[in-house]
Amino acid sequence: MPSITFIDSEGTPRTVEAVNGSTVMEAALQNAIPEVEAECGGACSCATCHVYVDEAWTEKVGGPSPMEEDMLDFAFEVRPESRLSCQIKVSDALNGLVVRTPARQG
Amino acid sequence: MTEIIKTDAVIVGAGPCGLFAVFELGLLDIKAHVIDILDKVGGQCAELYPEKPIYDIPGLPVVTGQGLTDQLMEQIKPFDAEFHLSEMVESLERLPDGSFRLGTNADKIFECKVVIIAAGGGSFQPKKPPISNVDVYEGQSVFYAVRKMDAFKDKTVLIAGGGDSALDWTLNLAPVAKRVTLLHRRDDFRAAPDSVNKMRALVAEGKIDLVIGQVTELKGPDGKLEAAAVKLNNGSADEIACDALLPFFGLTMKLGPLAEWGLNLNENLIPVDTEKFETSEPGIYAIGDINTYPGKLKLILSGFHEAALMSQAAARRINPDRRIVFQYTTSSTNLQKKLGVA
Repeated sequence: MPSITFIDSEGTPRTVEAVNGSTVMEAALQNAIPEVEAECGGACSCATCHVYVDEAWTEKVGGPSPMEEDMLDFAFEVRPESRLSCQIKVSDALNGLVVRTPARQG
Repeated sequence: MTEIIKTDAVIVGAGPCGLFAVFELGLLDIKAHVIDILDKVGGQCAELYPEKPIYDIPGLPVVTGQGLTDQLMEQIKPFDAEFHLSEMVESLERLPDGSFRLGTNADKIFECKVVIIAAGGGSFQPKKPPISNVDVYEGQSVFYAVRKMDAFKDKTVLIAGGGDSALDWTLNLAPVAKRVTLLHRRDDFRAAPDSVNKMRALVAEGKIDLVIGQVTELKGPDGKLEAAAVKLNNGSADEIACDALLPFFGLTMKLGPLAEWGLNLNENLIPVDTEKFETSEPGIYAIGDINTYPGKLKLILSGFHEAALMSQAAARRINPDRRIVFQYTTSSTNLQKKLGVA
């Protein structure tokens, strides 16, 4: 199973195992990762699962779809490496992925 | 004078469970008023995923959030529930005779025999930008809604966001305010294309300003905004002079005032029993995502079941002397009359 590391806004890393085909948001919720709220449950309609993809991974993860880019308008402190974690699908190619969570989702 | 609305039941929340509660209560001759903070019915179904398919509503292999809301509204039509939208219940107290009094932020008072809390994840409230000192300015210079346009007459207004609310208020306030600046993180807008075109025309005519960036800090003494520090997309910092900021970043769910109603809470959920779905306060019931009990599943279908059982308990409380005869809508002429089909 691919592993994903979430680094919180204070710098604490937490590494979890994720299931192929699930989303990074689901991996966060299943492992009680703080700072990922996912209010809408993964429907790409709330922007409360906002994460910053680590620089080393931005190319592999890719950028947001137009719908996700629209939804990022409702997130705060959006940066070029911003993604909604419910829209990142876990696969072997993302084994070792590192994302950072913002101090506030909204 | 504040009008007092007297009724059997008040349902707090117009999501799918609140709507179906109207149906189940209606079959038992209980008239309900429904209050919701959103300006539309449907709760999360209408606000968060109106176009997303739901696959686990029994009998409906696939239905969208809005589709389910519309169907529920059709189903509960015979019971003539009254809706009070864009209103938040602020207070709930028990009267000496055991009934309840609720007050809303629109100064309405309800007096009722039972209260059904179907508040889902809480109330939808505007997202606050994570600017460290924003609290100081709220209500005085920072507003999450426009109540009176006149209040912005002769003001220099900064509007932040790229959705319909941000664009609509930019267009509406442009002729009223002294100057309007629209601030958005990118030069693309999710708002309706027509509004975006109108906004761009105003920018081209020099009537409003458009800045691409994000607010980082508010400046000005004692809650009196004077300027907003902004980080532009090229990384440089700028300052926009303004005496009002209107942030439009959508809505988020907050538990809100119900935390103050004296109910037992468990991690922001309301514990209930699974016979009546009654809270720690007799006569106050909680159904749907807001409640918790052993084995609870946050599914719409579970909320429907809870609404049915809750209604039986509520009916016994409202009419203790009346025997409830269990009936099916397929065969009971009595129920069919209530539904307007017999």
